[in-house]
Amino acid sequence: MQLGSLQEIIDQYIHDGQSVALEGFTHLIPFAAGHEILRQKKRDLHLIRMTPDLIYDQLIGVGCARALTFSWGGNPGVGSLHRLRDAVENDWPRPLEIHEHSHAGMAAAYIAGAARMPFGILRGYVGTDLPGVNSEVREVRCPYTNEKIATVPAINPDVTVLHAQAADRQGNVFIRGIVGAQKESALAATTLIVTVEEVVESLDAPMNAIVLPHWVVTAIAEVPTGAYPSYALGYYARDNAFYLAWDEIARDRERFSEWIDRHVISSRNHAEFLDSLAEAA
Amino acid sequence: MNVDSSSLNKYTPDEMMTIAAARLIWPGCVCFVGIGVPSAAANLARLTHAPDIVLIYESGAIGTQPRVLPLSIGDGELAETADAVVPLPEIFSYWLQAGRIDVGFLGAAQIDRFGNLNTTVIGGYGKPKTRMPGAGGAPEIAHHAKQIFVVLKQSPRSFVAQLDFCTSAGFLNGNGERARRGIPGAGPQGVITDLGVLKPAAGSQELTLVARYENVSVDKVRAATGWPLAVADIIDVVAPPTADELRVLRDLHKRTDIAHAGDARRFRKTPRPSLEQARSIA
Repeated sequence: MQLGSLQEIIDQYIHDGQSVALEGFTHLIPFAAGHEILRQKKRDLHLIRMTPDLIYDQLIGVGCARALTFSWGGNPGVGSLHRLRDAVENDWPRPLEIHEHSHAGMAAAYIAGAARMPFGILRGYVGTDLPGVNSEVREVRCPYTNEKIATVPAINPDVTVLHAQAADRQGNVFIRGIVGAQKESALAATTLIVTVEEVVESLDAPMNAIVLPHWVVTAIAEVPTGAYPSYALGYYARDNAFYLAWDEIARDRERFSEWIDRHVISSRNHAEFLDSLAEAA
Repeated sequence: MNVDSSSLNKYTPDEMMTIAAARLIWPGCVCFVGIGVPSAAANLARLTHAPDIVLIYESGAIGTQPRVLPLSIGDGELAETADAVVPLPEIFSYWLQAGRIDVGFLGAAQIDRFGNLNTTVIGGYGKPKTRMPGAGGAPEIAHHAKQIFVVLKQSPRSFVAQLDFCTSAGFLNGNGERARRGIPGAGPQGVITDLGVLKPAAGSQELTLVARYENVSVDKVRAATGWPLAVADIIDVVAPPTADELRVLRDLHKRTDIAHAGDARRFRKTPRPSLEQARSIA
């Protein structure tokens, strides 16, 4: 496990053309890491996330992605992800190949990935048009009952990036609250990068808490407020007003690009990004 | 935060829709809830006639009792007021797929006469006119919940003869096809709109208008439907909202608006809690 700056870790471990999953279900979305990927102009990424959320809207809008695997692509409670829509509807700024699942299907694919099984199984997709547009959704016969069961191929990202509340100096990572499919996506990956609110001497995690042991973690960067405008339970709340405001920012290509330039590209790191938002107020 | 009582004899079609949906929930019902009107209706039921409703959100919150409506499916409010918070894969496998959900509450952009739902695209999939968010939890909620209720506004654009895309299966082509294909749940047993309530007919399973709201004519409902609407022999008139239902619903929305308001650009760094303090906030 390597402890370093976010800049050096993204530079070292995320490369053009890779499959990259920034997970966290509404909670603990690794925005700071996503912004650093954006700043370093990574290209041709195959982005993977159950809910692309604003962070993938931004990465797609600046042209970092060639493909997206996802299961729900909206701005939660607000409406569309306009940059994702523009890419799918108008190929702007570049065409985006999409691999679409349901949440249950994608969760099964992560579980299979974590377990290093070739595919995940679920009862689902029956009667829907999803298998017709995603040829990876198939079925097998149960060897015991002959029942048809839906299958999805395992998801094994080259790199998974998470944000968590804390890590200790050894690199053990403690995650709590709404955990989504973070553990599964972490264990499915070849490389695991984690940003944390703080590095502490001792986690003192409750016995059954979700702790990712240090030897499955590739690198950790301490990035306070690294999930903003998503949230970190116990540290800061989700900035729902930002999610509402994003709808207007992302609706227009120029306004989006100006916002990205002004707040993300012009900031050297996440602290400067937060300062630039505060200054704009 | 009391609502002006003089306004409690007037209400909007949206309020009527939410209240009619809430009334379908029974005490103790285990309810899997989506964001939006479904979440408002389920929480209204919890705050009125069904205080022991078990609300489950796909983010992993089981038995949650939010004080304000969540903007997202994963707001901290849901976790902080839940009986249990479990990983997302577990929600879909151990809880939904295992058949532990009484009612799945869904919205949709399009519905057809057999209650099949589209939340994916308007137009063709490869080059859509409008790309919508997609499936999320809906296909498997529609598949596994013992029954589902669908809440959406009724218009020829939403009630269509032919879906552009089937994201979640209702009765497929009706006449028992759903069961023949091995889908376990009973499917859409109630569709609640801003004009009235539809239920599947015995046998054909075609959605049939069974109730309308006061001041809404059957002709108006027909005109808002993109296929020749089946209408029950006897149409009930849904009782208008009670003052209590309206007061509770409006208070809930008002609390919610205040909670989510603010200027996003006014982000300030707040003093950071220690890990000790952070852990105690649960």
